[in-house]
Amino acid sequence: MSNSSITYLEAIRLAQQKALAEDPRVFIYGQDIGGFGGAFKATKNLAKEFPGRVLDAPISEDAMVGLAIGAAVEGMRPIVEMQFADFSTCGFNQIVNQAATLHYRTGTPCPIVVRLPSGGTPGSGPFHSQSMEAIYAHYPGIVVMTPATVEDAYTMLLEAVALDDPVIFCEHKFLYYHLKSERLPGEALPFGKARITRPGRDATVVAYGAMVHEAVAAAEELSQDGYDIEVVDLRTVRPIDTDTILASVARTGRLLVVGESWPWGGVAAEVISRVATEGFGLLDAPPQRLNAKETPVPYHPALWGTHRPTASSVANSLRQLLEL
Amino acid sequence: MTKSSTAAPDAKGAKGGKKKATPAATKGKGTLGIPGAPVSKELARRAYRTMLEARLLEEKLAALYRSGKIVGGVFLGRGQEALSVALGVHLRRGDVYAPLIRDQAGRLAFGDSILDTLRTYLGSSLGPMRGRDGNIHRGRPSEGYHAMISHLGAMVSTVCGGLMAKRFRGETGAVGATCIGEGGTSTGSFHEGMNMAAVEKLPLVVVVANNQFSYSTPNDRQFACGDLMARAEGYGVTGRRAVGNDLVDCLTVLGEAVAAARAGKGPQLVVADLLRLVGHGEHDDASYIPAALKKSPLGRDCLEIARESLQEHGWLTAKEAADWHAAVEKEVEETASKVLREPAPDPSEEDWNAFSALGRNGEEVR
Repeated sequence: MSNSSITYLEAIRLAQQKALAEDPRVFIYGQDIGGFGGAFKATKNLAKEFPGRVLDAPISEDAMVGLAIGAAVEGMRPIVEMQFADFSTCGFNQIVNQAATLHYRTGTPCPIVVRLPSGGTPGSGPFHSQSMEAIYAHYPGIVVMTPATVEDAYTMLLEAVALDDPVIFCEHKFLYYHLKSERLPGEALPFGKARITRPGRDATVVAYGAMVHEAVAAAEELSQDGYDIEVVDLRTVRPIDTDTILASVARTGRLLVVGESWPWGGVAAEVISRVATEGFGLLDAPPQRLNAKETPVPYHPALWGTHRPTASSVANSLRQLLEL
Repeated sequence: MTKSSTAAPDAKGAKGGKKKATPAATKGKGTLGIPGAPVSKELARRAYRTMLEARLLEEKLAALYRSGKIVGGVFLGRGQEALSVALGVHLRRGDVYAPLIRDQAGRLAFGDSILDTLRTYLGSSLGPMRGRDGNIHRGRPSEGYHAMISHLGAMVSTVCGGLMAKRFRGETGAVGATCIGEGGTSTGSFHEGMNMAAVEKLPLVVVVANNQFSYSTPNDRQFACGDLMARAEGYGVTGRRAVGNDLVDCLTVLGEAVAAARAGKGPQLVVADLLRLVGHGEHDDASYIPAALKKSPLGRDCLEIARESLQEHGWLTAKEAADWHAAVEKEVEETASKVLREPAPDPSEEDWNAFSALGRNGEEVR
């Protein structure tokens, strides 16, 4: 397929269209996703193209996920769209206590995908900006995907649908319209494999989702000072590709982990913990992390722009790391 | 013989204590559509036999708990067997069933076994849960027998999902069923599930066993709507009332509810008053249940009422009842002895992996 401007959002829509077309077990369930096409239009025209398989749900996140679980048990491949990642807390119980435990307890797989429009955008405020990946990744039995590119949004969503385990698919709202690609990929990296987005030798930045792009921009900035920064895109935060992270740190000796969500018990903390315990000898400096500030996500763009890590704050953190 | 207690609020009712006004949605048998088949001798005998199995099996579970053989909890359905079994015997293969804590009788009627029950309670590695989960948290979801989680109300929408899957595949004639206590109806999950079932007009039967106490909390601290039947109208589903400790009445009402759901009449909410004749679990002496209530018609043992009723109908002789009792007791004892000798799960043999398609380190294994 060739198109000069496939957005990240359109890639998600196209992946769902392909899944619906190719697998009769797939259906999509969520608020306003039918004729209206979804709050972000991620299911635009799909209800028309696939009658009866793209269904409006009542405002009942708990029951939406419960329905998906029950359908998956009967052999379906449901995709649930949360209107915003933040509202998935209302379906939290079904995700972590029913979907995550089902296979371990009973031997019956639970192949559901829950799409979480995630992360901050200017003006979205405390309840339409959250990044939930660390919370779900905490629970054994759940796969958590955090695609950072148009190509990954497309191929990973198809992988998620094909996988026999529950998948929390954290699609980043900030990337929905900003990110464009010329064509959709024919093949993808293996499942669960991190990508070296930008090779380098002086320090490693591990990031995922929208932060990959902030990290790359920071690396470009530092390249003007002669530094060569490697950027690793985790792609999937659970499972986490520890081997690629350690191999990168082995090359650079320095590690900064960037996460858009809060630091406490987060993905950045997990990466640093793994490197410290499994690759301590590879480090030339104490590993660092840069996360959001520890307040709810603020509304005003001026506050929001400072609350989250940006290319500029990543560059500052890198300069400090390089001097340690 | 099979007087339906959906007919009028003052019908029979005595076994269920005081009745409140019946909401409009529940009035008159004629408004409820498809009548169930009359309760047959065969159905009543099968139901009674299953109640007996549940009762005697649970008595063994309590004994095993007291002797320290069962760890964790033991949660019994004593006093609720009539209502529980009445749902189970009306379900069939291909239906979706999510029983709750006090549904040993319904579980056995649906196809669970004394063996699987004991294996789960005793943690045998040969049971369906393999020591990974215990007691009432058991099932075989791939066979339509869901394994409850402890979070009340959660199974309503899960059963809806099973029914949606059948609808997507064009399969008709199956019903879904789940049970809950009056306390569970206070959860958001229950509300969301009921509303969703109504919106989708799913063939779902939800049975509310109003046993007057949610653990220790009495109904006046649990809900203020007076009669839980009123909720049926609020959700836009059919409401039915059964006398919870009367087997023949429960069989009649559940038969009607399941038949209506199977015939495409949408979700059915069945509310039955009864009394749990034990504590919440075997650790609980239920001292909060007033003696007067225990002595009231509500506190009458459904197993005794069922035996008397079947004998009055000429469907069961005293000798048969005694023979069945002895046979079931023997089966329970023999099965327990067998399971007690079975291996416990071995931590060194466990794969310690919660994923289905992934290895312990996250690699794809399929």
